[in-house]
Amino acid sequence: MREFLIGKLSGRALPHEWFTIGGSIAFILLVVGAIVLITYTKRWKWLWNEWLTSVDPKRIGIMYFLVGGFMLLRGGLDAIMLWLQQALASGSSQGYLTADHYQQIFTAHGNIMVFFVAMAFIFGLINYIVPLQIGARDLASPFLNSLGFWLYVGGVVMVNMFFLLGGEYAATGWLAVAPLSGTEFSPGVGVDYWIWSLQISGIGTTLGAINFIMTILKMRAKGMTLWKMPLFTWGSLCSMIMAVTVFPLLTATIFLLFFDRYLGTHFFTTTGGGNPMMYTNLIWMWGHPEVYILMLPSFGVFSEIVTTFSRKRIASYTSNVLGMIGVSSLALSVWLHHFFTMGAGANVNAFFGVMTVLIAIPTTILVFTWIATMYKGMIKFSTPMLWFLGFVGLFAIGGMAGVILAVPPADFQLHNSLFLVAHFHTMVVGGVLFGIFAGLAFWFPKLAGFRLNERLGKYAFWCWIVGFLMAFTPLYVLGIMGATRRMDHYEASTGWQPFFIMALIGGIIIMIGVAMQLVQIIASIMQRHLLADKTGDPWDGRTLEWATPSPPPSYNFTSIPAVSTRDAFYEMKLDGGFKKVYEDIHMPKNTASGIYISIFAFLIGFGFIWEIIWLVVASFIGMLWCLIKRTFDDESEYTITAKEVKAREDAAAKLPSATKSRIQQKEEMGLIEFIRIVLSWAMSIVRRKR
Amino acid sequence: MTTHAATLDHEMSHEEAANDRVMFGFWVYLMTDLLMFAVLFAVYAVMRESTVGGPDGAELFSPGLALIETLILLTSSFTCGLGMIAARRSNKTQVLAWFGITFFLGLLFLSLEIREFQELIHEGQTLRTNAFMSSFFVLVGTHGLHITSGLLWLGTILFYVNKRGLNAPLVRKLALLSLFWHFLDIVWIFIFTVVYLMSFA
Repeated sequence: MREFLIGKLSGRALPHEWFTIGGSIAFILLVVGAIVLITYTKRWKWLWNEWLTSVDPKRIGIMYFLVGGFMLLRGGLDAIMLWLQQALASGSSQGYLTADHYQQIFTAHGNIMVFFVAMAFIFGLINYIVPLQIGARDLASPFLNSLGFWLYVGGVVMVNMFFLLGGEYAATGWLAVAPLSGTEFSPGVGVDYWIWSLQISGIGTTLGAINFIMTILKMRAKGMTLWKMPLFTWGSLCSMIMAVTVFPLLTATIFLLFFDRYLGTHFFTTTGGGNPMMYTNLIWMWGHPEVYILMLPSFGVFSEIVTTFSRKRIASYTSNVLGMIGVSSLALSVWLHHFFTMGAGANVNAFFGVMTVLIAIPTTILVFTWIATMYKGMIKFSTPMLWFLGFVGLFAIGGMAGVILAVPPADFQLHNSLFLVAHFHTMVVGGVLFGIFAGLAFWFPKLAGFRLNERLGKYAFWCWIVGFLMAFTPLYVLGIMGATRRMDHYEASTGWQPFFIMALIGGIIIMIGVAMQLVQIIASIMQRHLLADKTGDPWDGRTLEWATPSPPPSYNFTSIPAVSTRDAFYEMKLDGGFKKVYEDIHMPKNTASGIYISIFAFLIGFGFIWEIIWLVVASFIGMLWCLIKRTFDDESEYTITAKEVKAREDAAAKLPSATKSRIQQKEEMGLIEFIRIVLSWAMSIVRRKR
Repeated sequence: MTTHAATLDHEMSHEEAANDRVMFGFWVYLMTDLLMFAVLFAVYAVMRESTVGGPDGAELFSPGLALIETLILLTSSFTCGLGMIAARRSNKTQVLAWFGITFFLGLLFLSLEIREFQELIHEGQTLRTNAFMSSFFVLVGTHGLHITSGLLWLGTILFYVNKRGLNAPLVRKLALLSLFWHFLDIVWIFIFTVVYLMSFA
């Protein structure tokens, strides 16, 4: 009976180690704190109606940023723990982590950074910017978008759930390679948490990608042909097409692994005719394209930034687009370079090696189009531009390391060494994360109504780039010296410790950079009147998103603009600006179905992890019920009449300009000024208490 | 010149445009589903020799039953097409009749497949026996699960057609369902070829 009710759950699943207790307390405090704050400010209704059930891609985009930002801190904490262990664990010292715990941390770090940070930010940016850039009011299927977001949140909760129940995460590496991830070698619930957090969020990604393809291909403004599309939209389109191509492979592969663990099938087992290397093949068929799925929107961000801040058109739009298409098509046929050492034979290795080296060509073309755009441009070195320049430097280093790794004989030496770790961090941090930061700084005025503090942004950038080089240059050296990845201890005689200590210091500088970014956001909020963007076009932008006010109304455009050129908004400005015409607007209604379906999906995963079959069945029925309810609801839209639109626009135009702020300043505050203000504010509270 | 006026034809095409988007999106979804099947086919192709000394397909499968299943599914696709013609003509009775037959044929197919599975399990050939059996059950079973969800979906639509009459959203859902049904038919043709026919080749 007990087994029927709660499955494998027992008192032993509750937190009992320092990190699970610490993690649980931290999460409980966060949740309780949030609940108290919302109740105290009476914001529950507002939160539910305006945000959680919203289908507005702009709102969903911001929610992606918030959750993704939180997970960035969570994954960053993992990174610091790994660096610290490696700096300590030399010779007789074993460091402060057990080997098993260390393995769980690097697994979680990889999963969190790829699935729950990078993907979240990329989806957030696409959500917010793409509809604005193509002149659309919402997405092709607003409900699917909301569902995709909530499934992602379900995955986020799942990946952190092990703190509270189970006490272990997968200790298998971020791709849970077989047969290590089978029940034979990983009998605990760690791999099950891995399976369900990725499965739930991965299905959300597939749905989201389908939605964006529909939106980009079917909802562009009149006159915007494919060859007039803004480059960020192009990057997003390429990325989403890759996502629908490979995410089904991930879903299928994870299901097969799940069957192996749960039903006792023999796909990836060592017995019964199973083939573990098939798992490696299948997972990398998804895994390699995945990094390009993250990279392509980031390329698009850089194109937008370079053109705006060089005040020039992109040099060769066609090469840029063909470059992105080239990258995305080649990216689908290189997966085997992740396991040249598997022994597939010289010819197979040679083919995949050549394909991998070939990718350098379209990528280089892309970089050259950006450099050529800057040539003779009137360059403004604002923060987004700095992130771009940092990216170019890191991308060149990481790219060259990648070409080295793509040559099978060299790879036999460097396979699974820290050289590889340094390579992919250079690409993903330098390419994806810097792109995300650049994009956030660039579009922040659009989504918040005020710019970010430039001074603090520059501090953050310099901390990041210096810290990054300090943290990862030693890893290239260590890799060549023979240090393997996923290593929790090494002999003192290797002489590696100074390098690892240097890496740790670099990591700490990166963390200071992250802190600087948080300070930057807070300081910008404090000075929002000074930094306010009243025109909706703070950078003299070139694409349609800048034709809307900042932040844009829920319907984006009063009337859909007609496009006749690339850089549509720039041309409009030359012709006298964007003219307002009022018309009836159809908008989708808010819905909570996405939340309910996601909760049921989460419970299905939870039920499978702890083998609570009644929960699985009940949740499955609940999910079906919600889906049927939603699909057969024909009244999912409402209309705003032209009159109402005009009234709203007039009201927005009349809003009193900049109310007096407590902090009166003429220029953006620096770090010292920020600390002074925070301290004096804290002092005033203390004095009042007395 | 920068905007086009709010014209009537724009208003009228709102529904049509939404229809067009949904149809296109559903095609993209079908392609993702197809890729999932592609993985399962690839896995089956790798695993079909991995019987670990157990019996192979030629000994286990009965081509006659598979042929009957194929014919049933093909016929159901045909009646599904006739149902769509009736839906375009807004003939509610015919829609209920043709799709009713489709539903019944789908159910028949499913029951035959379950019987086949039961017989295999009875002979001691289960998911756990060897890699060959694992991949067989998962490939064919996934198709069966798709048929099940198709039946569930069809049943719900027919329930609403009966209740609300043949309105435009329901006709659109029927159109999507018929795409799904034909898609499953095509997947089955591949299963019939790769799993059953090739076992006897």
